[in-house]
Amino acid sequence: METELVDLRDHLAGHTPFDDVALDLLSDIVSNIEVAYFKAGETILEADQTVDNLCYIRSGAVEVFRRGGQLFDRLGEGDIFGYYSLLRDRRVRYPAQALEDTLIYFIAEADFHRLCEASASFADFVEVGRPMLAATVEAKRKGNDMMVTRVRKLITRPPLLVESTETVQRVAQRMTEARGASALIVDSYTDDPRYTYEDDEGSLWQVRGIVSDSDFRATVVAGGMPPDALIGEVIGPRLYMVQADESVHEAMLCMLRNNVHRVPVMDRRRPIGIVEIADIVRYETSSSVYLVDSIFSRDSPQSLADLLPDVRASFIRLVSDGADSHMVGSALSTIGRSFTRRVLELAEMELGPPPVPYCFMVAGSMARNEQTLVGDQDNALVISDDYDPREHGAYFEALARRASDGLATCGYAYCSGNIMATNPRWRQPLAVWQRYFRYWIDQPTPEGLLHSNVFFDIDSAYGDHTLVEALQELIAARAPTNERFLAAMARNALNRTPPLGFFRDFVMEKDGKHNNSINLKRRGTAPLSDLIRVHALACGSRSQNSFERLADIGRTQLLGPGVGERLAYALEFLTMTRIRHQAEDLEAGRVPDNGVEPESVPATERHNLKQAFQILSNAQKFLAFRYPLPTFRG
Amino acid sequence: MRWFWQRIRANTQSWPGYMAYCAATTSSALLARFYRQGCPDSATPIQDVPLVALDIETTGLDAAQDAIVSIAAVPFTLRRIPLVDRRYWLVRPPSDSLTEQSVVIHHITHSAIEAAPDLMVVLPELLEVLSGRIAVVHYRHMERAFLDAAVRDGLGESLLFPVVDTMGLEAERHRSSLRARLAGFIGRRPTSIRLADSRRRYRLPLYQGHHALGDAIGTAELFQAQIAWRFFRLTPLERLWS
Repeated sequence: METELVDLRDHLAGHTPFDDVALDLLSDIVSNIEVAYFKAGETILEADQTVDNLCYIRSGAVEVFRRGGQLFDRLGEGDIFGYYSLLRDRRVRYPAQALEDTLIYFIAEADFHRLCEASASFADFVEVGRPMLAATVEAKRKGNDMMVTRVRKLITRPPLLVESTETVQRVAQRMTEARGASALIVDSYTDDPRYTYEDDEGSLWQVRGIVSDSDFRATVVAGGMPPDALIGEVIGPRLYMVQADESVHEAMLCMLRNNVHRVPVMDRRRPIGIVEIADIVRYETSSSVYLVDSIFSRDSPQSLADLLPDVRASFIRLVSDGADSHMVGSALSTIGRSFTRRVLELAEMELGPPPVPYCFMVAGSMARNEQTLVGDQDNALVISDDYDPREHGAYFEALARRASDGLATCGYAYCSGNIMATNPRWRQPLAVWQRYFRYWIDQPTPEGLLHSNVFFDIDSAYGDHTLVEALQELIAARAPTNERFLAAMARNALNRTPPLGFFRDFVMEKDGKHNNSINLKRRGTAPLSDLIRVHALACGSRSQNSFERLADIGRTQLLGPGVGERLAYALEFLTMTRIRHQAEDLEAGRVPDNGVEPESVPATERHNLKQAFQILSNAQKFLAFRYPLPTFRG
Repeated sequence: MRWFWQRIRANTQSWPGYMAYCAATTSSALLARFYRQGCPDSATPIQDVPLVALDIETTGLDAAQDAIVSIAAVPFTLRRIPLVDRRYWLVRPPSDSLTEQSVVIHHITHSAIEAAPDLMVVLPELLEVLSGRIAVVHYRHMERAFLDAAVRDGLGESLLFPVVDTMGLEAERHRSSLRARLAGFIGRRPTSIRLADSRRRYRLPLYQGHHALGDAIGTAELFQAQIAWRFFRLTPLERLWS
């Protein structure tokens, strides 16, 4: 091949999506291209004209428009366009115009198809078949070990089953004989079909709980129980379990979140084993497990703060291990909850036990299990209705102050909007909270809801979780039927919009203006989770996590086919990009933030980001249409 | 300066006539075939004219002493430059006119030149590409003079044909315009009209120069840009050729 064409070929080879194409094929393609010069302002592709070429920008810049004339994209050196029409009816959908003096290489249609066939990444880029964003997210998911390893893989033997009517002495003997450190307590009396199963002989059993060596020490011996006490009295009221098909990672998070060291593993309703944290640690030495363990052994906020470097290290580790956004978000939220819990335990040690039950409620990203490294604290206190301000007010004020200060010491900045338990407005008995929520839902205004938005993602972090569950119930029951409320929430979900995409080293807005950097939270993940929340509220979902909400929404007819999936891909990609940039900031010794500078975004990632922005933008349009403000009647 | 333009105009207005005259009088069958294809009428809008970008690399600058070592021809139109039709020939210069210096400039090695055919062997193919098309060159005094000299040597006859000179079109603007002459008068250095510099003015990308094929493609792109900026698709051929 002639020297000069090698230069042309190398220009192509230096740009996505040609960078993955074999050089021999590229040489063939290059010797077949047609070149043309367009001066600034000249039309390159006219609407409805027939196309038989893929257009490659050798130099200059090109603007692509929608049919209505709005700017669709702005492209620079090394970018391609025209493939959308080539893959469909070969009629130009998006007319193109030279923004600057531009040299275009036209690649023949037949060569375009050869490229699609020869290179999977080329085909993905131009979306033969499925959108590239989906392909990228899926490829990443497949590559992840922890996500795909099912918890059943860790089970080596069936669980030791004992009836709740057996004595503690007998159970201790049986555990010793079986050389096991734990046993499942079952009952022939069944009252909850969720935990009921049929054994091989056809009898019905219900799983009641789990006991371990440490229960014998802490409850039986330390509690002075007689040897003939029944084992049923030892077990706690609440049983956590995992399904055999859940991932190892899910099981780990379940234990960390609920502060238990072992859980029964169920095959549907039938117990097939017990998995312990130690098993998982052995299987996958993950620093977040050790980290959470060491959180609970610290005895002052200051010594908790010493763990900050470990939090960052485990974050970087998760990202470099290829965790997806769900894993990173859950891990960081679990770490955050553990800090919260420990800070409150320490406060209670200092102030004495609470005079009435309370729940320390977290809101926002921690409640959604979507925390990243950069986040401030959003929390509140929901106190039992036995609360008497005169008698108990000082205690809870002091508790809230210690919790908030402690969290700030641990790196969770004070909330600028004062959504914190230290604010008396957000430190109230359940009845007052219920009044708040009824007011927000029944008499909604977009302005009023702007400040309470964050309380529509809530979860309990410490204390009596039934208090927060009562609020979650109230929301799920009331929200779906209130059109004005949904309309107001929808209106607020449109306050923040995504940009159009990137052009050279700038972020390009819909009006064609340029910016030097983009806040991926404000312009991407936040508006996306806002709009998912509105749909979740509309369908009465009780989930807080955006992906779980999307799954709930998917079971209804709210969104068109495939829309939920696309939203999940967009959220996954935007979140991971944000997380990855935070990890890069940390590794480079910078303060991590939500800002991303286009020059640090490679071409493929830009392409995917643009798609994610587009999905978000379309979903916002649908939201406005789906939840209109009802007109006044009467 | 005026006599120069007048002479060129006098010449170019009669290009089709000149070609017809040569077709009738030449004694070489090869040249007769070339001249018989003629050239488009002088009033033809440039958008309808079949063009061919032509570039040669030589061992030096003097057509009387130096020789051609490579030739590139890329047929094109105002609309597109299809690279698939490109032609490129290495040519063995007579005797030992290939100097060390020109080897360095063109990245052509002695052994490649040794194996190359004589220009007379290549000439029929070259003339076929040129037939019926208007050649576009950057600095016509190179291409036309060297080809003329080579054909004189080989066939004992002159080879002349109309060309569009992209360097001449740049000179019109940057050397002979009133503004350019005033700038020269006050001592400003004249604007460079070399291929790479001319291309930069139209924001065309930088190509690695001194390769006949690259320069031919580059010249074709430059011509498209010149028409886009300074002329019209309907500008008659006579306004551009020389």
